[in-house]
Amino acid sequence: MNIFNQQVAIFKKIAILIVPVVVLWGCESTPDEKVDTSADAVKVDSGATPSGMDQDAGATARPMTEAKKHPLDDPSSMLADRTIYFDFDKNDIKDEFRDVIKAHADFLSSNPSAKVSIEGHADERGTREYNIGLGDRRANAVRQLLVLQGASSGQVDTISYCEERPAALGHDESSWSQNRRAEIVYTSR
Amino acid sequence: MTTRKLKKLKLKKLIWLFIALCLPLQSARAVLTIEITEGVEGALPMAIVPFAWEGANLPPREDVTAVIAGDLSRSGRFAPLPEEDLVARPHEAAQVNFQNWRIMGVDNLLIGKIRASSPGNYVVQFELFDVFKAKRLVGFNIPANDANLRYVAHQVSNIVYEALTGERGAFNTRIAYVTVNKKLMGPNKYFLYVADADGYNPREILASPRELISPSWSPDGQKLAYVSFEKNYSEIYIHDIRKGIRRRIARYPGHNGAPSWSPDGTQLAIVLSKRRKNDRSNFNIYIYTLKTKQLKRLTKHWAIDTYPIWTPDGKFIVFTSDRSGRPQIYKIPLSGGRAERLTFEGKENDRPVLSPDGKYLAMVQSGGGRSQIAVLDLVYGSLRVVTDGSLDESPSFAPNGSMIIYATNLDNKGVLSAVSVDGRVQTFIRETNGDVREPAWSPFIKQQP
Repeated sequence: MNIFNQQVAIFKKIAILIVPVVVLWGCESTPDEKVDTSADAVKVDSGATPSGMDQDAGATARPMTEAKKHPLDDPSSMLADRTIYFDFDKNDIKDEFRDVIKAHADFLSSNPSAKVSIEGHADERGTREYNIGLGDRRANAVRQLLVLQGASSGQVDTISYCEERPAALGHDESSWSQNRRAEIVYTSR
Repeated sequence: MTTRKLKKLKLKKLIWLFIALCLPLQSARAVLTIEITEGVEGALPMAIVPFAWEGANLPPREDVTAVIAGDLSRSGRFAPLPEEDLVARPHEAAQVNFQNWRIMGVDNLLIGKIRASSPGNYVVQFELFDVFKAKRLVGFNIPANDANLRYVAHQVSNIVYEALTGERGAFNTRIAYVTVNKKLMGPNKYFLYVADADGYNPREILASPRELISPSWSPDGQKLAYVSFEKNYSEIYIHDIRKGIRRRIARYPGHNGAPSWSPDGTQLAIVLSKRRKNDRSNFNIYIYTLKTKQLKRLTKHWAIDTYPIWTPDGKFIVFTSDRSGRPQIYKIPLSGGRAERLTFEGKENDRPVLSPDGKYLAMVQSGGGRSQIAVLDLVYGSLRVVTDGSLDESPSFAPNGSMIIYATNLDNKGVLSAVSVDGRVQTFIRETNGDVREPAWSPFIKQQP
């Protein structure tokens, strides 16, 4: 991605964030709670895509006033959960994440044009190339479960980034546990 | 969060974006500084007398004597006297009174002078003495100029080092490394550099917005192979650093990683995670032949096999594998067959490198949340942990086998450090802005710049 594309992506992101603000300004009578929900929705959205990919850019074209939200944009849907965490040196999927993966598998099987890339990550301990291997195992574990539960294998791609794109920057277990993860990133919906 | 606050936040973002677009790209130029952090036990005391300047004009800008003294003390083998302790300042053999130097307790004495031969051109003359035998060991006249004076100073260090230790000096070699600065305004955050072994003359080889890892030198010291994520997926490139051109040699689906050059320079060992029929990718070692572009799979295991390196005879590949559950070091004949496990001490052992004579295996040893550099003596089987950081990684041997350069953390910053194989001397190389990592020490380089 060159700088121009990056900036386009940034503009798109800003657009995502600004559109609801403008819309909400338009209707003064909107109760405060609603405003808060919307702000949260923004937070959830950007939180689910920490790697900076512009896969949600499609949302900008969609008028936010539309009555029915796309299930992928609904913060209360299980589909808003897109990060699976792993134990140290492990790639088996913990029970608590099985429902989330099932929800994405169901969505993929009922939306054959949707595609995801599973991004595997490791914590900073260990060497970079080995961590890429670990991240790959994690991404593949998620991929296998998605496919097992109805997604077609052509819908699910994997990539591993070792320790270079941490979700948390600390040097202790609380950060590391957030960095050992696989992220489900929608590349088309 | 209220709408007003939200709006304020967005405005802030826009302002930053505006600044980012308007500012010229912040300079990413690396400036390395080297420091020796510990006194060295067992280093031989020697005296280095500042070389005299014989010329009508000002002496050259480069302080030749300081370069030599720096080289020799960083090697951990020598302890030059502080300049204020020098009892005399001879510049040629006739002026040397050996008794003076014996009293000072130094074993060896290095003297010399720099003569102007024509504007910008010099002759560096030096002599090395054994103080106790009152004997000259070596002496040379080396022509030099403004452009190569540091190179010539390193040449003097090489000659002195070899005369006193019997080992070839590696002071005219280079190090490749990656710097990372995520705060830079421009698109590029990762830089591949090549600098002299003492950290001088850093030269940017490549700038990228994304991860650059695993640089590996060709045996002739002219090319670097590395892994780049510049397109958001991994690719292996070969980069001719003299000509500034590169070509991609691997972009297979899945990971393309850990390139390592064969000793004869005709092949590379690489790691690919090509997906198999059973829908599972796995990391195996492949041998890529440069001339034919032919790819041959070497390991066939479900485990992660990575960081392949070649034995000096080119007959075996040593690599990391977690086939036993945790990463350990293995060795497999290039012709294929059974892999033999080499490491048994330590919870995890990863990223092996061999000394140029093949006698020592250095690696990253981890356990209990820390990782350090360990050296296994392959002849006697003894293992020694030579560093004491908490996140030490990426070991690389100097081409004469005397030192290991590696990446570590100092004050929460990625820095490079060099340690002697016996763990006695340690130096740190810091970068002024950003983190330094992934060091690779070059082989001996024939041509001078």
